Amino acid sequence: MSNKDQDSRLEFNTDWTYSPAPESTDHVRILDRYGLFIGGEFVEPDSGKYFATINPASEDKLSELAEANPADVDRAVKAARQAYRKHWSKLSAATRGKYIYRIARILQERAREFAVVESMDGGKPIRESRDVDVPLAAAHFFYYAGWADKADYAFPGRTARPVGVAGQIIPWNFPLLMAAWKVAPALACGNTVVLKPAETTPLTAMLLAEVIQEAQLPPGVVNIVTGAGATGAAIVDHPDIDKIAFTGSTEVGRIIQKALAGTQTRYTLELGGKAANIIFEDAALDQAVEGIVNGIFFNQGHVCCAGSRLLVQESVADDVLARLKDRMETLIVGDPLDKNTDIGAINSKMQLEKINEYLEIGQQEGAAMHQSSCPVPDKGYWCRPTVFTGVAQSNRIVQEEIFGPVLAVQTFRTVDEAVAKANNTPYGLSGGIWTDKGAKIFKVSNQVRAGVVWANTFNKFDPGAPFGGYKESGIGREGGLHGLKPYLQLA
Amino acid sequence: MANDEKLMARAVRQGNAASATGAAQKPRKLALASEPERVGVLKTYKLYIGGKFPRTESGRFYKAEDHEGEALANMCRASRKDFREAVVAARAAFAGWSSASAFLRGQILYRVAEMLEGRKEQFIAELSALGATPAKARAEVEEAIDRLVYFAGWCDKYQQVFSSVNPVSSSHFNFSLLEPTGVVVIVAPQKNPLLGLVANLAPAIAGGNTTVILASEKLPIAAVSFAEVLHSSDVPGGVVNILTGLRSELLEHFAAHMDVNALVYCGNDQKQIKQVQELAADNIKRVIVRKLARWDDEKSRNPYLLADTQEVKTTWHPIGK
Amino acid sequence: MNAAADKLPMPLLPDLSRVPRVDEVGVVERAARFRTRSIKKDSKVAALKMVLSMIDLTTLEGQDTPGKVRQLCAKALHLHAVLPDLPKVAAVCVYPTMVSVARAALGGSGIHVASVATGFPSGMTDLACKLSETRQAVAEGADEIDMVISRGAFLRGDYQHVFDEIVAVKEACGDAHLKVILETGELNTLDNVRRASMLAMHAGADFIKTSTGKIQPAATMEVTLVMLQAIRDYYRETGRMVGMKPAGGISKAKLAVHYLIMLRETLGQAWMSPDWFRFGASSLANDVLMQIVKQQTGAYQSADYFSQD
Repeated sequence: MSNKDQDSRLEFNTDWTYSPAPESTDHVRILDRYGLFIGGEFVEPDSGKYFATINPASEDKLSELAEANPADVDRAVKAARQAYRKHWSKLSAATRGKYIYRIARILQERAREFAVVESMDGGKPIRESRDVDVPLAAAHFFYYAGWADKADYAFPGRTARPVGVAGQIIPWNFPLLMAAWKVAPALACGNTVVLKPAETTPLTAMLLAEVIQEAQLPPGVVNIVTGAGATGAAIVDHPDIDKIAFTGSTEVGRIIQKALAGTQTRYTLELGGKAANIIFEDAALDQAVEGIVNGIFFNQGHVCCAGSRLLVQESVADDVLARLKDRMETLIVGDPLDKNTDIGAINSKMQLEKINEYLEIGQQEGAAMHQSSCPVPDKGYWCRPTVFTGVAQSNRIVQEEIFGPVLAVQTFRTVDEAVAKANNTPYGLSGGIWTDKGAKIFKVSNQVRAGVVWANTFNKFDPGAPFGGYKESGIGREGGLHGLKPYLQLA
Repeated sequence: MANDEKLMARAVRQGNAASATGAAQKPRKLALASEPERVGVLKTYKLYIGGKFPRTESGRFYKAEDHEGEALANMCRASRKDFREAVVAARAAFAGWSSASAFLRGQILYRVAEMLEGRKEQFIAELSALGATPAKARAEVEEAIDRLVYFAGWCDKYQQVFSSVNPVSSSHFNFSLLEPTGVVVIVAPQKNPLLGLVANLAPAIAGGNTTVILASEKLPIAAVSFAEVLHSSDVPGGVVNILTGLRSELLEHFAAHMDVNALVYCGNDQKQIKQVQELAADNIKRVIVRKLARWDDEKSRNPYLLADTQEVKTTWHPIGK
Repeated sequence: MNAAADKLPMPLLPDLSRVPRVDEVGVVERAARFRTRSIKKDSKVAALKMVLSMIDLTTLEGQDTPGKVRQLCAKALHLHAVLPDLPKVAAVCVYPTMVSVARAALGGSGIHVASVATGFPSGMTDLACKLSETRQAVAEGADEIDMVISRGAFLRGDYQHVFDEIVAVKEACGDAHLKVILETGELNTLDNVRRASMLAMHAGADFIKTSTGKIQPAATMEVTLVMLQAIRDYYRETGRMVGMKPAGGISKAKLAVHYLIMLRETLGQAWMSPDWFRFGASSLANDVLMQIVKQQTGAYQSADYFSQD
């Protein structure tokens, strides 16, 4: 297909374009200020302090949230402990399940509200929050609700008991979905929870608190405290927490693992990644290009398992890149609430600065940078889809997690070379394999050192499918049957 | 007391469940005769085949009676041709239902539970009319709802418990998973007309089978009302077909039908069991005999009931460059 | 129309084993993604008018009569009297015996006469019949010929036979444009669709078309996407543009707009015209008209107010 690439260019800047199609926000109610959700109620923080959360697409302030200090965290843990002793551990497993089913159903009922707030607070396109984040979150509650009275079948020969109080710290890239990943299995297994959402994206967690009230869970079963790193540290350091679940950077994961050394506290860590998406010459190329796009531009590339490295077999490299560049031209960057937006706002100013720094580094390292030509709004935080070619394995843009819509492309000749390059990283969260040959899928999948391998697809998630990393990408699995284990004592 | 229950039974026929269970309501003797109020509309109990409610093609009926022997309703006495139609409907529905995602099947079973919860009082009235004490009737209905939720939960989990990756010695990826066996005929228990039916139906359809059910012969009305619950719950037509009729008449046709893959027989009649097992051999039909006396404990609430109507498929796939 | 086309050497059957593979699941996902686009306001009106201009108004029934064809032509000429500034449809598509009727009715309106040929819809006649049928339709005034490929030959792997037939029919067409119908509903796999598309284009097709409308499934977004991608690959390889015509099963304006979105995001600006994209449809036009009136008046429309010809 490359013969006449130069004269046979396609023009995607068309006369006919899509008029703005903004999702309406009039059914959404965001309060001016949210307290901490402790013991089934929203309460004032002991700290007396509040912080703002802004819309990264407009830089407008959306609301204020309480900043939980160690005393607030202690209140939350006490409420969780009391709820665990008095209520939650006394209920029959099937009854626990029924409460979780209620959460799932109410989330389904309030889906649109959640999607809009998620996009306003975090900058992700409404198409994704509507079609991915919110339905998957509801499905997660649905799935784990069913496990509540079935855990004994998951671990034959053992009797499953809850762990106690779980402290859960989640990131800003999938705020509601990560809350669901954490809360659903914890509750199903009979634990109570203190959850801390990320400071830039706390709003859907506050809505989730409302849902938990609506579902009439016993007070204190789920407590939600807002704040930044210090609040998270207070959770990790609290002596009466039995289990820590953390999703975030490898840097913070390391700190948590050190902090918990010598204690009885269990922990699971879901950390960074630098996944290789490997395209073999016999792949379905147009679908592989979709996989590349989905792998790195989904959620602005703010995905720990993003396919941020593309390894493409030399014989099809030019062809794949030509197809990819065409496809990138059709991606729409802009207003997250517009139903046609493919790539929304970068989550925060800080994150945008980090991404821009890597764009500089990549060019200084000698790589060629290509960005799509789409317009971006003046206000807010934006980054065009970006591809670096001519990169070396030693380049920082190949080694380090950028967490943005930035792809580093390398070529390879043999299967062994592809596997070696894919594994040449401290991370091991995910990987992608594209080939029409089934045997190769299993061979390469065996050899890639990563917790999730997608074959002829990418960035697929399901409540039933375990997720988690090898090496510096984390410890433990979330999702599926295996996702029960961290929340159970097996006697 | 006896009058009270008879009234209840009548109210059931009139689809007037609330008045049947209204605790505050005083017994009214000869309510129909003293009619200062409106004349009730009696409900006709029909079969449920392919998502429709036909009468039996045979035009025959039998009397369903309450526990004192008083007539409750005229039930369709399904013929072998009705059964044949039901199998055709179940077979037609199999491709779609067995390939529906596990998540969707779970959602639909959960929806059935929601619908049953919404009509709880009607079923309590029906079971009471059939002789259960109000407390037992309530317990049976509630357990039936919970059982549906229980198997809704299994839909996307039983594969994770029962399937396997097999470490073969050659360079092959080898895995075994469960697939629904096909069209399953369920001869429902004679006792517990609602829970007994649900306890056998839920695991079969949770696993992707389609079904033909023969309701309890003596206590059939709750089964027909349950068909209405299914009908309003996104269960595709043909996935569940419910017949009423005489067990002794229909059993041989169930067991001999060449397009039925499995037969679940609930009961303890050795003669019938032998008859079924013999006839089933003609097409190597799977026969599952359940002799449970009660349907509200662990013996009837576990995933092995689901696994009973599943086949295991093993796939070999090469591993290589 | 296209300088590169004139310079084409003697057509040769391409190596179909080099045609990229198609993963069906991925295609289904991509097609679904187009359907999540939301087309509102001005962009909707513009899209609806573009759809109208791309319609091949079609009647292909055994019960067709000259009277019915004349009615259809009248409809083509006067889509909806109360709406000014409507574009014309692209063509009227009929059986060969109705070409002269359509030709006379459409006169110099600029609306093309398209004729199916080559033993439509099955293609189960010999080459001589196919060629004489083609020549006759062209002689009676057809501007465009919609031929069917021999699916049986394709499925048994006799690609050369299929290829040679298209080359011969193309020659018989003379100046008339050739649309090659793959009948994707009988090709079974998207891999076959992509290979057949490549084969047809190399053999000289001016357009490739999904379906006769007589076999289910007819046009789908998935099949059309694979064909559009084949058109793009062929363009990249040869510099020659080939048109696309999904036909059968597109009867709603909303679906037609989804096709336009897919066209825009797969081939871009150059193909966004009736010269390069057509809808083969009979009832689509009225639904589009109803949507246009709805956009103008704000009220949902009834079919009773739109002539059915």
